[in-house]
Amino acid sequence: MRTNMGWWRVHRVGLGRLVVACLLVLVACNPGSDRDPKKNPPSDTQSARRDPIILHYFTWSDYVEPSLLEPFERQYGVKVVVDTFGSNEELLAKLQSGATGYDVAVPSDFMVAIMAREGLLSELDLEKIPNVRFLTDRLQRLPVDPEHRYSIPYLWGTVGIGYNSEVIPAPPQSWAILWDPRYKGRISMLNDQREVLGVALLTIGQSINAKDPEVLERAKSKLLRQKPLVKTYTSETYDQLLVSGEVALAHGWGGTVARAMAERPAVKYVVPKEGGTIWSDCLVVLNSSRHKELAMRLINFLMDPVVAARTTEHLLFASANREANALVKESVRSNPAVYPPEAVLDRLEWMADVGEAIRLYDRAWTELKMK
Amino acid sequence: MRKVQVMSDRRTWLLSASLANLVFLYLPIAVLMVFSFNDSRLSARWEGFTLQWYRALATDDTLMAAVHNSLLVAGISTVIATLLGVGAAVGLERIPPWGRRLVEGAVVLPLVVPEIMMGVALMLFFVLAQVPLSLTTVTIGHAALNLPVVAVIVRARLRKLDPKLEEAARDLGATAWQAFRRVTLPLLWPAILGAVLLSLTLSLDDFIVTFFTAGPGSTTLPLKVYSMVKTGVSPVINALSAVLVLISMVLIALSLALQRKAD
Amino acid sequence: MSVTSIPTSHQVQNPAHRRSGWLLAPAALWMGAFFFLPLLVVLAISFASRGTYGGVEWTFSLANYLNLVDPLYLKIFLRSLVLASLATVFCLLLGFPLAYHMARLPARWQWAWIVLIMIPFWTNFLVRTYAWMFILRTEGLMNQALLSMGLIDTPIEILYTEGAVLIGLVYGYLPFMVLPLYAALARLDYSVVEAAWDLYATAWARFWRVILPLAKPGVIAGCLLVFIPSLGAFITPDILGGGKTMMVGNLIQHEYLVVRDWPFGSAISFVLMGAVLLSAVLYLKMGRDGAEW
Repeated sequence: MRTNMGWWRVHRVGLGRLVVACLLVLVACNPGSDRDPKKNPPSDTQSARRDPIILHYFTWSDYVEPSLLEPFERQYGVKVVVDTFGSNEELLAKLQSGATGYDVAVPSDFMVAIMAREGLLSELDLEKIPNVRFLTDRLQRLPVDPEHRYSIPYLWGTVGIGYNSEVIPAPPQSWAILWDPRYKGRISMLNDQREVLGVALLTIGQSINAKDPEVLERAKSKLLRQKPLVKTYTSETYDQLLVSGEVALAHGWGGTVARAMAERPAVKYVVPKEGGTIWSDCLVVLNSSRHKELAMRLINFLMDPVVAARTTEHLLFASANREANALVKESVRSNPAVYPPEAVLDRLEWMADVGEAIRLYDRAWTELKMK
Repeated sequence: MRKVQVMSDRRTWLLSASLANLVFLYLPIAVLMVFSFNDSRLSARWEGFTLQWYRALATDDTLMAAVHNSLLVAGISTVIATLLGVGAAVGLERIPPWGRRLVEGAVVLPLVVPEIMMGVALMLFFVLAQVPLSLTTVTIGHAALNLPVVAVIVRARLRKLDPKLEEAARDLGATAWQAFRRVTLPLLWPAILGAVLLSLTLSLDDFIVTFFTAGPGSTTLPLKVYSMVKTGVSPVINALSAVLVLISMVLIALSLALQRKAD
Repeated sequence: MSVTSIPTSHQVQNPAHRRSGWLLAPAALWMGAFFFLPLLVVLAISFASRGTYGGVEWTFSLANYLNLVDPLYLKIFLRSLVLASLATVFCLLLGFPLAYHMARLPARWQWAWIVLIMIPFWTNFLVRTYAWMFILRTEGLMNQALLSMGLIDTPIEILYTEGAVLIGLVYGYLPFMVLPLYAALARLDYSVVEAAWDLYATAWARFWRVILPLAKPGVIAGCLLVFIPSLGAFITPDILGGGKTMMVGNLIQHEYLVVRDWPFGSAISFVLMGAVLLSAVLYLKMGRDGAEW
């Protein structure tokens, strides 16, 4: 007992000082910001400061490629911190639950309208984003935001089926193959309520933007029948599942399947005859951003033709920038998963905001997940 | 004779059951560590030895930032939880008995409430109070989580102490504060230290409350691991796991050595 | 200090005691602001309605609680209760022999085993859950091993099922069962057990009527420490359930961060809390009802 009290008595002060010292060291050393000479050289623009600004970029988990942002970081002496999400609903939920502090985000086209209505977006000053002139015709004047008040289309593409041609030699013609019991336990679907319900709606001959409760009920029942065949609902791991062969059919975005194709050539991509979603993810500046001007410069940077071309080559998603598309490597340009042919484009539909009917979608999705 | 035979049969059975348990506990960890050296991204077949995943780990900036955040949050929230928790434990003894039951219940309640409830409640609270989510909100949440833990541990020890010791000190002329500092506190010190270690561990390991209270740039280690796991199986996670297990072993060895010295 | 000013113990107690009661105040303020107040917020929101795209509309409504009485949601609660109970039972079955063995060892060896149990306990929970994802995958270690040994022809699809979630829960919370059990068993007086042996009690009788009742506080504590977190589990079903095996924790997260129906999510949270508190009270009552089961 005496030794006990004695030891602590003697060493208490020392321990306390040690703890405080550790905390001070921790607070002082912030890794990756202003100590690294590579990331913060004496910059040539007037926005260089001793304490670098941090821009928060909130994007799809498929869109992360650090090397693409380095030139921007170097030029403006800032650090870009990337956070990711897997679905539009997740993005909206995060923003609504107090995660303010993001500067740039990448919602899909229809989500832009919703976010604008909820007051989450900041108006763009197009003079700071001159590269907007490079947008392809198809993506200029999107019905959702024709004047580019809030958003600039960034990447676009399709949703289809990635399949293992060793298991399924002939390209699937219809979405109905995802209900085929021969592939039980080897099917994966996106973890995205609009996309999954959209597929079911297409198979019953309806639009992916249906609002009729009875129609949605039928779509939901169809999905419930499919559930025992589905291995998992994922928006992030299906490329891996295709490559490892755990899944023979994956509901997924073209670019991600293209990446699986690069790793395993037997993987192929198809957009079935009923059609599918054509989407365009857009760059927006959030209202809560504290560095709006810098955010717009980031958007401009991402829309630069050279940068955009490299983005497409790395991420394997088609750019909204027509000059960039001309610069992209031939092998990528001819990949139908990245650049869908005209015939496919004709049967695609843009996803739209369904207004109040979103509650029906929410309920259906909850039921599907929970049953 | 028979008794000894039965006893040793029993002992063998118990030993094998215990060893089986141990294998169950360690096999997954061992598997992770072994395959962190596997030269294959997806397969569970051994394809060769490599250190590339550890190299990837060391060069991952976001991971280092997450570790930094975790340590910062754990440190600060533990300091808050300890100061307030010890105060609560001591103060609890001085409240008249009628209030004590109520406050005891209130102190223990957070330990029983499911963590997801706490996470969600804090998130809603911060949203309605229009406080942006950040490392600060995470720290606040962790401190609220760990305060009851500290209070319960210290209080348990406090109740075992002989109250006459402090009375004797005061009878000898010490003020209440002096009596506390020189008599009670040193006796409580092992419990406080144990509570500090536990609070640090719980904070470093916490996921659910952090998940709901973290904002942009306030990713902690568990959050980072979660997003890595969500993107699929990867040997980099295996390498990270191996490192974390080693750190746990070192920390336990340290804390045991400290306890042994105190005994 | 002069002789006349030596305080009597009566005088010492009252002012000092009253003063040090205030030590509780900062803690009370902190918990009040960051625990009880948020809980009240959740309660308040559970009676409100949802805006079209999320958020809260402050119109009073009981709809959230009423909507819970739906087979869909009741099924999730039931599944959570079942999984949590099974996890508790398995942890008890696995953990008791281990704890008993540890308690009977000489002191030196006890330390070694405690350390061995603590290391997984101190390792990151997510990492331990991920380990099972790695092992149970179709291409994972378990299937590779079984296939190469010729015990099975096609891989066992256990990942993303309830079985995987159960394994994950048992694995994650086993140390929480073993440690309290060990603490209780270590305090046991084994001469009582030996006396029972001398009285020709069978092994089963010795266990059921002597050891178990004496270890009851440890059993109760261990069961509580496993059951309650399992009931509100989120990580394990999320990672090992593949979006297909949902427990209450996942439902709550789904309502808040996917569907953005905060009022409904709040109602579910409160019902969960009610279930947890009820279980805790029940367990503790069981512990208090004497030594008889």
